[in-house]
Amino acid sequence: MGPKPAVFRKKSFGTLCPAKIKRGDAVVKDDKNIIIELKNVSKHYGQTYAVEDFNLYVKKGEFITFLGPSGCGKTTTLRMIAGFEMPTSGQILLNGTDISGLPPYQRPVNTVFQRYALFPHLDVYDNIAFGLKLKKITDGGKTRKLTRKEISEKVRSALKIVDLEEYEDRDISTLSGGQQQRIAIARAIVNEPEILLLDEPLGALDLKMRKDMQLELKAMHKKLGITFIYVTHDQEEALTLSDTIVVMKDGMIQQIGTPEGIYNEPANAFVADFIGESNIYSGTVIDRLKVRFLGHVFDALDEFEKNEKVDVVVRPEDVKLVPPGEGMVDGRLTDKIFKGIHYEYTMMVGHTEVIIQDTRNLEINCPAGIVIEPDGIHIMKKELTANVYDDAYIDKNNNVVISDFRFPCDVTALVPGSRLDGEGYVIGPDGKVYDFTDADVKATVGLGDIELVDNIDEADAWGNVVENIYKGDHYMMTVRTQQDEDFVIDTEYTYDAGDRVGIRIKPELIGLTLNGEANKYAKK
Amino acid sequence: MQKNSLHFQRKFLAIPYMIFMVLFVVVPLLLIIAYAATDQSGMPSVENLMSFFRDSNNINTLIISLFIGLGNTVLCLLAGYPVAYFLAKKDLGFTMATVLLFVMPMWINFVLRTAATRDLLFWLGLNGGDHPYLTTMIGMVYNYLPFTILPLYTTMIKMDQSQIEASCDLGATPPQTFVKIILPMTMPGIVSAATMVFMPTMSSYVISDVMGERKISLIGNSIQLYFDQGLWHMGSLVALIMLIMIVIGSFATRNIKTEDDARGGLW
Amino acid sequence: MRTSKIGNFLRKFYVYIVLFIMYAPILVLIAFSFTDAKLIGNWNGFSLRLYLSLFRNREIVTAAVNTFVVAFSSAAVSTVLGTLGAIGIFYSGKRSKAVMEGIGQIPIMNAEIVTALSLTILFVFCGVKFNFLTLLVGHVVLTIPFVVLSVRPKLMQMDPNIYEAALDLGATPNKALMRVIMPEVVPGIVSGFILSVTLSLDDYIITAFTRDTSYQTLSTYVYGVTSKKGTLPPSLRALTTVITLLALIVLLAANRRSKLGPKKNKH
Repeated sequence: MGPKPAVFRKKSFGTLCPAKIKRGDAVVKDDKNIIIELKNVSKHYGQTYAVEDFNLYVKKGEFITFLGPSGCGKTTTLRMIAGFEMPTSGQILLNGTDISGLPPYQRPVNTVFQRYALFPHLDVYDNIAFGLKLKKITDGGKTRKLTRKEISEKVRSALKIVDLEEYEDRDISTLSGGQQQRIAIARAIVNEPEILLLDEPLGALDLKMRKDMQLELKAMHKKLGITFIYVTHDQEEALTLSDTIVVMKDGMIQQIGTPEGIYNEPANAFVADFIGESNIYSGTVIDRLKVRFLGHVFDALDEFEKNEKVDVVVRPEDVKLVPPGEGMVDGRLTDKIFKGIHYEYTMMVGHTEVIIQDTRNLEINCPAGIVIEPDGIHIMKKELTANVYDDAYIDKNNNVVISDFRFPCDVTALVPGSRLDGEGYVIGPDGKVYDFTDADVKATVGLGDIELVDNIDEADAWGNVVENIYKGDHYMMTVRTQQDEDFVIDTEYTYDAGDRVGIRIKPELIGLTLNGEANKYAKK
Repeated sequence: MQKNSLHFQRKFLAIPYMIFMVLFVVVPLLLIIAYAATDQSGMPSVENLMSFFRDSNNINTLIISLFIGLGNTVLCLLAGYPVAYFLAKKDLGFTMATVLLFVMPMWINFVLRTAATRDLLFWLGLNGGDHPYLTTMIGMVYNYLPFTILPLYTTMIKMDQSQIEASCDLGATPPQTFVKIILPMTMPGIVSAATMVFMPTMSSYVISDVMGERKISLIGNSIQLYFDQGLWHMGSLVALIMLIMIVIGSFATRNIKTEDDARGGLW
Repeated sequence: MRTSKIGNFLRKFYVYIVLFIMYAPILVLIAFSFTDAKLIGNWNGFSLRLYLSLFRNREIVTAAVNTFVVAFSSAAVSTVLGTLGAIGIFYSGKRSKAVMEGIGQIPIMNAEIVTALSLTILFVFCGVKFNFLTLLVGHVVLTIPFVVLSVRPKLMQMDPNIYEAALDLGATPNKALMRVIMPEVVPGIVSGFILSVTLSLDDYIITAFTRDTSYQTLSTYVYGVTSKKGTLPPSLRALTTVITLLALIVLLAANRRSKLGPKKNKH
């Protein structure tokens, strides 16, 4: 796949940054090069956040891509730039002026829609001319509409750009998907917008057509010289097209950077998993620049605190296959897939899987060793080590309520040395009686302590799988309940995103801490 | 700028419609309830209710209406279901024109149609005066069959032929396929058809008047009678009873997605 | 499921036999409109006298004109209010949408006689004299939900982004509505209008309740004379022929339209 990463990656063009850091903090604000800037933009629908505290600037002529899984907020952000949605808070500055209150028809931006949104009752010519016919220009101090001749010239040149010169009189319904796509682009660029917004414009095309259109879009961007803001969930498309990629998840920016930067230096396990193929492991920092995973201590380049639990990402092309005994770790090759340019091998190190890319055709089902150079090891802070629910409470049956779901729990944990009496009151070691009904507690559950059940009737709670990252020997899965509460679970089983699963937690595995004094709940 | 001003403009288009509906649909219904619960002097009273149920004629009317309504619904479904099914079956080659032929009687005024049916039956020797129930039922089926066929047809043309083929492929005999696949899939159409037949049958006093030579009294007839006599409060009470039955009916079928568009999607 | 030739023949036969039975009364009336016998079944030579007397009958001609006046004016009002309503409802928030759709369902679910009585009570309660306007309101209540139901599917089929695309290209909300949404829902508006006319022409009960008693439409006229005389007056047989002919013309036109498909305007 990508080029061999250099040891010192250029922290280019927009720093690589975790969520809160804005890209280009170093850049002076009044940079003339900035065409559009989003400042602290948030959008919520009722209680749910679609986009949260979004900060970004885009340079003139840049090709920038919002990349993320569906529901990550990328389209909402685009729609706020277009003017179809108003941000709940924050500012959108176009050339330095706030446009967040302007309706879309007064913004000098045009959109290419996902399903093209061509007007079915108009032919190709009238579709493209739609915006021009509404436009008023100032000509020698007077405002006037465009003349027929001007319009038809502009339409013709737009059609020429998209290579459909002869199609003026065609009905939209007679065009293929690819042709409709081109007309949609022509309809947008004919208005000479300052920014062209593209909302997954290639999503409805087949693979071959998509590849061709990618190249054309890139060429078109170069030729027109206008800013493109592109939305996609296809990481390959993003890597191919963009100058800059903004990776998003759950309404928040995960990382901003060049395609190379994001590929080579993912900011977290999510980005690593989402972009390209990767091996992701849980590791422990043993010493300065030393990290242990796969049962071996590797040298690394990233500095972390000693004993810190970390996520380790290794790209398959950074793993070198060597004869057994000659590498850092030994394992057994179990699987081989021919991928055209290279083979993809699966190696089992104990119970942990390692994906390796190698151009050689090797025997499988035999032992082998691997070498991973320090520059192939990317260490990132673990985002989560346990599920913590601050706003849980105890109900009258001594269940802990998390996200409207009731889990049986051990309330005696709230008072050390206590026991339960027959009526469900907690008797302290000193004989004090506590009633914890409606007590606010903090509940903590380890990632490995949650059990998954397929049958929701047998579960304490249920939700939909929103994310599933493979970590060599297990999956780290995020289950989101309807109340938008997440349960992150380490599990051996795999589910698809969107699957509905039930979860169960053993009462003794739910850690409980009382918010406030226990005495408050003592019975008099 | 908290609200999205874009959506405002289009939302407001419903205002005249809503004013009209509230004024001429909601308010009149509230008036019915108010009238049903008051006496002639406007005082709250249950006297209407008491006197309605005290009169055995009213009870008979209610029971007869229910039976005729049910009977007509069943007959229309039995006769109309196969028609709709065959019309929707592609290999029989029926065109839209045939479907429209079933709808066309709707364009011929229904009073005229009903009177024509009566005259034909009379010519054939079936006299409404002697057989009021039989002639009324015939008149009802004649009138409501198109209303049955249309929603059924609309559901059936949407039915995925490959699901039926899948059922056969998995070893179901044609009768099994019908019971296990076709019938459940066409349930929305059946419910729509039933709601379009049952209530109107009970409330239509014209057909029973014309066909049954005024020997049969349905709920519609009693409302009409109270209306003629200017007894608004009693009329409202009967109307309210019908309303309650409608609410119960739609509550009972609330889980079945009915074929709304069948009524609008005629063209 | 492959079916045998005989099976297919029987299926088709069933459809046609039902069609035949449905049309029998009308066909008989039409046949006997060309003789001047008092009763049907009593052919006494070909004659066009009934047609002459039909067109000379002031009452019938007035009633026919009135019927069409009511049908077209109420359909026009319903179409305008209902189309705007459908668009407004479509773009409303979830909750208000549910409420408005629920209210729109009332006249459809409700028995016609209850609707009629409730309107009558409203007019009586407000002290409004029954006149053409009350009749018009009655017919609009009857037909407006069907306009909404006809327009709604067109809105749902519409690419949700085209309105936004129009705004994006510089159209104001009003222009976007007129130039993009309206052309898309025109087929729905047209069918809503035709459906309204149909329902209004066919109506008797609401007309009977909400009209000024001196204002006759065909249905009230026919109901009046048949309930008085016991059989249809002979000249109404000629009327049936005329109405059927008109309906047939509409049907053929509609069928032609659907065969040709939606016409595209050429640039």
